[in-house]
Amino acid sequence: MSVAKPLPHDAAHLHVTGAARYVDDTPVPQNALHLAFGTSPVAAGRLNGMDLDAVRHAPGVIAVLTADDLPFDNDVSPSNHDEPLLATDRVHYVGQPLFVVAATSHLAARKAARLGDIDITPTEAILSIGAALAQNSRFEDGPRIYGRGDVKAALSGAPNSLSGQLHIGGQEHFYLEGQAALALPQEDGDMVVMSSTQHPTEIQHKVAEAIGKPMHAVRVETRRMGGGFGGKESQGNALAVSCAVLARHTGRPCCMRYDRDDDMIITGKRHDFRIDYNVGFDAKGVIRGIDFTHYARCGWAQDLSLPVADRAMLHADNAYFLPAVCITSHRLKTNTQSATAFRGFGGPQGMLGIERVMDHIAAHLGLDPLAVRRANYYTTNGAVQSTPYGQAVEDFILTDMTDALIKSSDYHARRKAVAAWNADNPLLKKGIALTAVKFGISFTLTHLNQAGALVHVYQDGSIHLNHGGTEMGQGLFQKVAQVAAARFGVDVAQIKITATDTGKVPNTSATAASSGSDLNGMAVQAACNTIRERMVELLAQHHQCDSAGVTFSNGQVTVAGETYTFAEVAQMAYLARISLSATGFYKTPKLDWDRIKGQGRPFFYFAYGAAVTEVVIDTLTGENRILRADILHDAGASLNPALDIGQIEGGYVQGAGWLTTEELMWDDDGNLRTHAPSTYKIPACPDRPDIFNVALWQNENREDTVYRSKAVGEPPLMLGISAYAALCDAVQACGSSYGDLQTPATAEAVLAAVTRARGEG
Amino acid sequence: MNITFRLNGETLALRDVAPTTTLLDWLREERGLTGTKEGCNEGDCGACSVMVTDAQGAQALNACILFLPQLDGKSVRTVEGIAAPDGTLHPVQQAMIAHHGSQCGFCTPGFIVTMATAHLNGARDHDTQLAGNLCRCTGYAPIIRAAEAAQAAAVPDHMQDRPPEGTISPPDHEGFRPKSGDMLAAWYQENPQATLIAGATDVGLWVTKSFRDLGKVAFLNGCDDLRGIVQTAEGLRIGAMTTLSELESAMAPLYPSFAAMIRRYGSVQVRNAATIGGNIANGSPIGDGPPALIALGARLHLRRGDARRDMLLEDFFLEYGKQDRQPGEFVEAITVPNQVDRLKCYKLSKRFDQDISAVCGCLSITVSENRVEAARIAFGGMAGTPKRASQTEAALIGSEWREATIRAAMQMMRADFQPLSDMRASADYRMQTAQNMLLRYWHEDQGASANVLEVRP
Repeated sequence: MSVAKPLPHDAAHLHVTGAARYVDDTPVPQNALHLAFGTSPVAAGRLNGMDLDAVRHAPGVIAVLTADDLPFDNDVSPSNHDEPLLATDRVHYVGQPLFVVAATSHLAARKAARLGDIDITPTEAILSIGAALAQNSRFEDGPRIYGRGDVKAALSGAPNSLSGQLHIGGQEHFYLEGQAALALPQEDGDMVVMSSTQHPTEIQHKVAEAIGKPMHAVRVETRRMGGGFGGKESQGNALAVSCAVLARHTGRPCCMRYDRDDDMIITGKRHDFRIDYNVGFDAKGVIRGIDFTHYARCGWAQDLSLPVADRAMLHADNAYFLPAVCITSHRLKTNTQSATAFRGFGGPQGMLGIERVMDHIAAHLGLDPLAVRRANYYTTNGAVQSTPYGQAVEDFILTDMTDALIKSSDYHARRKAVAAWNADNPLLKKGIALTAVKFGISFTLTHLNQAGALVHVYQDGSIHLNHGGTEMGQGLFQKVAQVAAARFGVDVAQIKITATDTGKVPNTSATAASSGSDLNGMAVQAACNTIRERMVELLAQHHQCDSAGVTFSNGQVTVAGETYTFAEVAQMAYLARISLSATGFYKTPKLDWDRIKGQGRPFFYFAYGAAVTEVVIDTLTGENRILRADILHDAGASLNPALDIGQIEGGYVQGAGWLTTEELMWDDDGNLRTHAPSTYKIPACPDRPDIFNVALWQNENREDTVYRSKAVGEPPLMLGISAYAALCDAVQACGSSYGDLQTPATAEAVLAAVTRARGEG
Repeated sequence: MNITFRLNGETLALRDVAPTTTLLDWLREERGLTGTKEGCNEGDCGACSVMVTDAQGAQALNACILFLPQLDGKSVRTVEGIAAPDGTLHPVQQAMIAHHGSQCGFCTPGFIVTMATAHLNGARDHDTQLAGNLCRCTGYAPIIRAAEAAQAAAVPDHMQDRPPEGTISPPDHEGFRPKSGDMLAAWYQENPQATLIAGATDVGLWVTKSFRDLGKVAFLNGCDDLRGIVQTAEGLRIGAMTTLSELESAMAPLYPSFAAMIRRYGSVQVRNAATIGGNIANGSPIGDGPPALIALGARLHLRRGDARRDMLLEDFFLEYGKQDRQPGEFVEAITVPNQVDRLKCYKLSKRFDQDISAVCGCLSITVSENRVEAARIAFGGMAGTPKRASQTEAALIGSEWREATIRAAMQMMRADFQPLSDMRASADYRMQTAQNMLLRYWHEDQGASANVLEVRP
């Protein structure tokens, strides 16, 4: 059967020859226009006016539009209608689009966009978490608070207590393909849009509003993205809408892609957080009560910040039972880029908070941090414990996974070896840590947990596959094609994977929340089953036998001892006037969530993983390096182990990058100073672990998912937390005080922590 | 300007090329070859990597900061030209599919070209070869597995490019590509406002990011007499157009720590383009070449018309953005005096590879009979120019070679430097680590292990 096979990515042969086509590679007519934004140089202020004469007269410029020139809605927000495409009377961050230029080339548009004479009266910019708190600048009326039990009593009654504060840096997506869109005007004002987006329906919706048409007049197509990571869930709206508006305005095709610096300055990133905690615990480090305060810097517009901050709260427990817990979450509005979705969607920040507490407790008690972690794991001894939000943790497999990983990574012996090595090395110190991940799978906005598919079988037996998911590199298309191939018992090569298209499958959710295979795989399975059942019925009737006797495998259909090729069956069905096209639909069952109360079952199930990382640090400079990582990850019954392992390796490195070299820096005027790969450092090839062992935990999903697989997009990112924990361990090898390592753990942060650990800070 | 080059085996003669047209834009917009991708437009991500072959051999370069006239007389191979003409995939392409080396696929063409170039050259230090190609999806592990799987396969015949004859074009109103230092000297004296372009790893960004009008330009890569390294009576004379790749090879046997630092200077693609002359003439306070060369006591050779002068390299850097260079004068060469190697180069950056230094400390301390006889200590990133730590050196010279001496000298660093805070590091961190580099030098001299890059799991 085609599922569970480690097939290559469906487009691998196109990737390696340069033939895979991305939005900006699409051949466009000669008269196509290229767009660029003129942006705000000021973080906050009143926009008094703009003199754009120089822009209009620049070489190649065909049109320049401001907010006043927009024909319909001036909004590209995915949530709250608070994000104008072009600024109106105020500016809210450095990089906010003020006007859009259409020119005969990309370069001409970029050059012209810098020539605007902008009159802004600056006002006080709110840049930091502290400033936002002081001015009560926030989304929602006040903080959200989730929890259970009497935390105060638990804290005061506990034998030990600690408090601390962790700064958690944001993260730039750094998809290799920047944001891009292309709009092709059609007859009667209709619009075809090609967009590098995780959310074609959202693009369709915003474009329709912007050109004053119903959604049926707009068709959005996405064949592939050059990476998404959440950064193309909402951030593509501005480009697609601009292209459509200018295409409508000029009657010419319009395309737009951000130069890398523009991309980093204009678009949102992972939310940076501050997490404060007070924790009470016993002599073994078992938590009696804990109080978390999350401060999320959301930027200037709401975007997806509420569900991001919610998810951070929902992962404040990670793998640990918290008997008394309070989580207070402030969603702060600042004059910075509007922070947005990023792989993990708040989960990583919430999880890092509790992992940091585990390390802090262990340092305080002088215990192996792993022992403290295990002492706090959800129980597997019969009783079912529940999360702070009341969801029963019914399938806690981390205890077994941890045992297996300890063995396969030789954790205990290596921990001893690290201590011995450290005793011999005064300047360099090693550290080792094991951390685990329990990640909730489902959109917390319950209605998003639905998907559609469209499958055609042609009379030659070839199969056309379409669904609402988008391909950003994760291998979704291949996994779903494997499901379709399995249903029809044919080779995957018989299936044509086609671009996501709002004209084929409507009202789709973003490909996000790791849900792509779960939702679309099921929808495709349903569509295939419908066609298959029609075929079965025909054959059973023809052979006067029971439909249970019809089987599909190896490209053949067998019935009553007779064998047909799949193509023959398709031909028979066609001649018998049976429809060979079907839609499929799926909605995730069992969900029941009240986000205001913070109670219920937001997640269909949990995905698990664990990682051991070993690092070395230099106590003179703080320079540090990952030496080895061992990972055991739960993808359920994997649809494609090769693609799943790819997600795990890549997720780990991306997570480790977030917590080490990837540092976003804004200056006092709100200018992002790290807006290109020259200054913002994602991991490079030599930064991956020297030894990198990744294995899948052999385990079927206890819930009824597609072939009992589990979602795998986001969870592995948080395996990178083990790199941070290992750095903490190395820091603690330098002295007896608490090192209080902050993130990202750049060389500078590590050196500061070493200094503190030595009691010199 | 008029140029002739070969593209994927086909010889092309282009007329009236605007000198600052980048190869990447030309490939994608004029030629419709969209396999080569734009990831950053500044030479930092490698998505636009192409293979360029000339008399020196085949090299990977970043097409986004490569101007068309730099290609005159060379062969270019893009990702579209890596598979054989009959469509047979190159071994690295096959291996990348088999080992799941692509996910989103956008960086993949750049990886394929860099890998195929390394494969052609028989290079097996894959981490170093690929440090300039960023991938955000895979975590690199499957890419390295693919590179290892393909390394022993035979090089396909079509990969052996022959460069064509270049076009000899006379200077025009836009620019010039002289064939010798003499031609350059005469032209530059007459056009002192012109911009000289060596490897374009910095000038490229003036064009792609700052939209600066360069005025008339001269491309120096035709001046073969300005490149290369020769032993003279005074020492090792290094031509200004010597690339960092060539310098790394030359330094490896003489000053291994310098060579190890050059390995972290940019990426393979950048080192193949960047020249030591450009690195010096540029005057950047964070260029990594000058601190090392100053610590080696290098002398700089300048030329203007037929007039030549030389000076200690450290004297060339007057203040931030200002060098002791007259209009029409250019860097011809540097000379590194022969010496016993006491040099250690410490490059401190957020990421080990392909990152600009926060602090680059280069120290050469000569000890005789347990006393410091001489000390040359130079830093990048600590001042507006590459600068010697003169007072620190003075505190060392003549003193006993022991830790207390080092610790005392470390305090003098505060008299030498008042560093700035920026996105790469804070002022305090720069000072603390600059001081600690002196301590590291001491410990390493005592045989201690002090380099995390040398630690194995």
